[in-house]
Amino acid sequence: MRALFAFIAGSLFGTGLLISGMTNTQKVIGWLDVFGNWDPTLAFVMGGAILPMAAAWAYSRGRSPKLGGTFPTPPEPKVGRNLVIGSTLFGAGWGLAGLCPGPSIASLSFGGTGGMVFVAFMLAGMILTPRLKSQLALA
Amino acid sequence: MDASWINGLIGGVLIGCAGAIYLLVNGRIMGASGIIGGLVDGSARAMWKERGAFLLGLFALPALLAATVLPSQTNLTPNLIVVAIAGVLVGVGTRIANGCTSGHGVCGISRLSLRGIVATIFYILAGGLTVVLFRHILGVI
Repeated sequence: MRALFAFIAGSLFGTGLLISGMTNTQKVIGWLDVFGNWDPTLAFVMGGAILPMAAAWAYSRGRSPKLGGTFPTPPEPKVGRNLVIGSTLFGAGWGLAGLCPGPSIASLSFGGTGGMVFVAFMLAGMILTPRLKSQLALA
Repeated sequence: MDASWINGLIGGVLIGCAGAIYLLVNGRIMGASGIIGGLVDGSARAMWKERGAFLLGLFALPALLAATVLPSQTNLTPNLIVVAIAGVLVGVGTRIANGCTSGHGVCGISRLSLRGIVATIFYILAGGLTVVLFRHILGVI
């Protein structure tokens, strides 16, 4: 059951990314490009996604997940070095290619060689990160 | 202005509904980098079925739609060196920050998480500066 609903959520997520145009790297770069031909689409995507999600958080209060367990507790509201350094590195990569993790998987079937190269190097980065963190004392 | 903001809004609502299902049914935060990263670095082996199923859906339904009713293109830069560097930055950055556009952005901001809001400000600023530098000054992308 958990896998079934995860599959449904993943499918819906991917469909949303495709319909919204977020698998088109030029729409993402266009949104970041405030000095060029600015494309506001991403703001509508974010706004549209935050509304049902905010309703879900509100509904979750005082309840439990349908398939058991507990809802994730809010993390310590601590803004550490890792959050700032990591988000800055991520943003740089996002701006360079116009892809983030979700759309990179959703566009894999039509993204050609470039899409596969992106995912391969992203996975390599993810695999190396635990080692990198201990090397840089970010752990 | 073209009509793409309507598609953006509709797609966005679908993304939010996906996050709502994953939260209310499975009890988990829908963060793409965490779901992928936990699978490949071995930190979430116990949940591999759930995560694998999520990623299968994330890949397969867009694949089906793109092949039939919604022909799509990524329009990714043909410069594979830029693509590879971007991939590493996205992989390392999201795992150090513990989240990306879906986890920190959609799921974090919607619960007014300070971490989510700060992360989103930093990746948008870094992304914007990168586009200015590499598109308008260096002309690489």
